[in-house]
Amino acid sequence: MIYFDHAATTPVRPEVLEAMLPYFTEKFGNPSSVYKLAQANKKAIDDARATVAKILGAQPNEIYFTSGGTEADNWALKGMAEALRKQGNHLITTKIEHHAVLHTCEDLEKHGFEVTYLDVDENGLVTPEQVEKAIKKETILISIMYANNEIGTIMPIAEIGKIARKHGVIFHTDAVQAVGQLRIDVNRDQIDLLSLSGHKFYGPKGVGALYVRRGLPLPSLLHGGGQERRRRAGTENVPGIVGMAKALELAYQDLEAKTAKIQALRDYMIEGIYQRIPHCRLNGHRTLRLPNNVNFSFAFVEGESLLLLLDMEGIAASSGSACTSGSLDPSHVLLAIGLPHELAHGSLRLTLGEDNTREEVDLLLEKLPLFVQRMREMSPLYEDYLKQNSSAELQK
Amino acid sequence: MYSEKVINCFMNPQNVGEIPDADGVGTVGNPRCGDIMKIYLKIKDNIIEDAKFKTFGCGAAVATSTMLTQMIKGKTIDEAMKITNQDVAKALDGLPPIKMHCSLLAEEGLKAALWDYAQKNQLTIEGLEPPESSEDEEHAHSEAAE
Ligand SMILES: Cc1ncc(COP(=O)(O)O)c(C=O)c1O
Ligand code: FES
Repeated sequence: MIYFDHAATTPVRPEVLEAMLPYFTEKFGNPSSVYKLAQANKKAIDDARATVAKILGAQPNEIYFTSGGTEADNWALKGMAEALRKQGNHLITTKIEHHAVLHTCEDLEKHGFEVTYLDVDENGLVTPEQVEKAIKKETILISIMYANNEIGTIMPIAEIGKIARKHGVIFHTDAVQAVGQLRIDVNRDQIDLLSLSGHKFYGPKGVGALYVRRGLPLPSLLHGGGQERRRRAGTENVPGIVGMAKALELAYQDLEAKTAKIQALRDYMIEGIYQRIPHCRLNGHRTLRLPNNVNFSFAFVEGESLLLLLDMEGIAASSGSACTSGSLDPSHVLLAIGLPHELAHGSLRLTLGEDNTREEVDLLLEKLPLFVQRMREMSPLYEDYLKQNSSAELQK
Repeated sequence: MYSEKVINCFMNPQNVGEIPDADGVGTVGNPRCGDIMKIYLKIKDNIIEDAKFKTFGCGAAVATSTMLTQMIKGKTIDEAMKITNQDVAKALDGLPPIKMHCSLLAEEGLKAALWDYAQKNQLTIEGLEPPESSEDEEHAHSEAAE
């Protein structure tokens, strides 16, 4: 199988699995218990916390483990909204956030908050000026993703952080797609809260973290036991936390060399598609882009058909966000960058990983043009296009 | 998610194309929600001699139009009128619930082509109603637009 869907999830690295395994069996103790078996696990969690903190340029006591990116996003938004309600009821975000942020914002709107959803340009970017303009005296939180999961566009996070700080507004970023691919420093970027998720960087699923700048009055989302310094109740997912920290450590070893390799493969794929397939469009910014993301729209064809044909060749890809595949609506991200519905429907996302090879990309470049042509020949839209063009030719 | 039959019909679609001198042509759906279906019929002595389709739609749309066009060939108009999208879905060993509307697209395409044929020949076909204007019809999708 050729796996081109690393933005959806990644396999757990063997070294990561190995680090996790003892915590399912012999090291099974509950970290809250007093005996040695348990205390060793407490230490394992503390070590993991230190690892995560170091990579983000944070302090260990600013890292809280969660059940994943979704919980981290929910916690940051709902928690800060509740904590700062007396100061104001206005939040700023973008139209292309992950649903973990967008649906949380919609929920907050039901509870009396007002949310500004900033437009993005045709590449998926918001400008720091747009953010600054949207700030009013009721604004309590800005939440803007570090990098987009569908089109890979990287937002001007440091500039936005600067503006947020200047206006005294708390700044959260969903960095689920960026962590493991980009060097992040919460102080350089002036980030107050940051969400990350283990399964996007070769760690396990169902574990993530929220960075919370020291001193922020973030209340608990989950109430219960006193874990995570009384802020996030629930017996810790020890194997998951250990595995995520190990995966993060591995991701940032030789990051630049790995990034250079993946990015070269990405550019090779982009150029190859442009050269071989007419009537296509790269979605997302050409350079301010995650090193592993390729996203194209092919006019006159529908994305799912392409996915099925690729799957028959053993090539796994996605059309829009994997989380939205249960719905038939075109992706909100592609609509927000201005694509008409039928182009949004004809989108294909290919996200590379460390193990992908040039041979695999070559196979894709061989098959994809055939599949696009095959679907175009079935398409009444393509037929109309050809007719219009030939009549235009005649009129010349 | 799809049955083997759906995948087979999708991988080996039958009756794709146009009929240049078709007796009835129907276009339904709405490209804004991603789906469009065009069906061509050749009809002689009340019998559907040939049927072809083109679609801008998902795998289920390709599979259901393959199946439907196969099912109606050689049938009388009245027999073809009795075939429903449920019959087509059944012949494909079922469709995921979220994809049932794709089979409706094929059925509506057939009805629109028959309507076109009836109009051209000043006939009335029992049980056939004028197709809704395909331009502004919001083709019902499972999740309301966000
Ligand atoms: C940008 C972004 N935010 C949040 C999430 C949700 O993370 P998780 O799957 O860990 O809940 C994802 C991944 O699906 C994502 O890509
Ligand atoms: S044709 Fe609408 S999703 Fe199948």
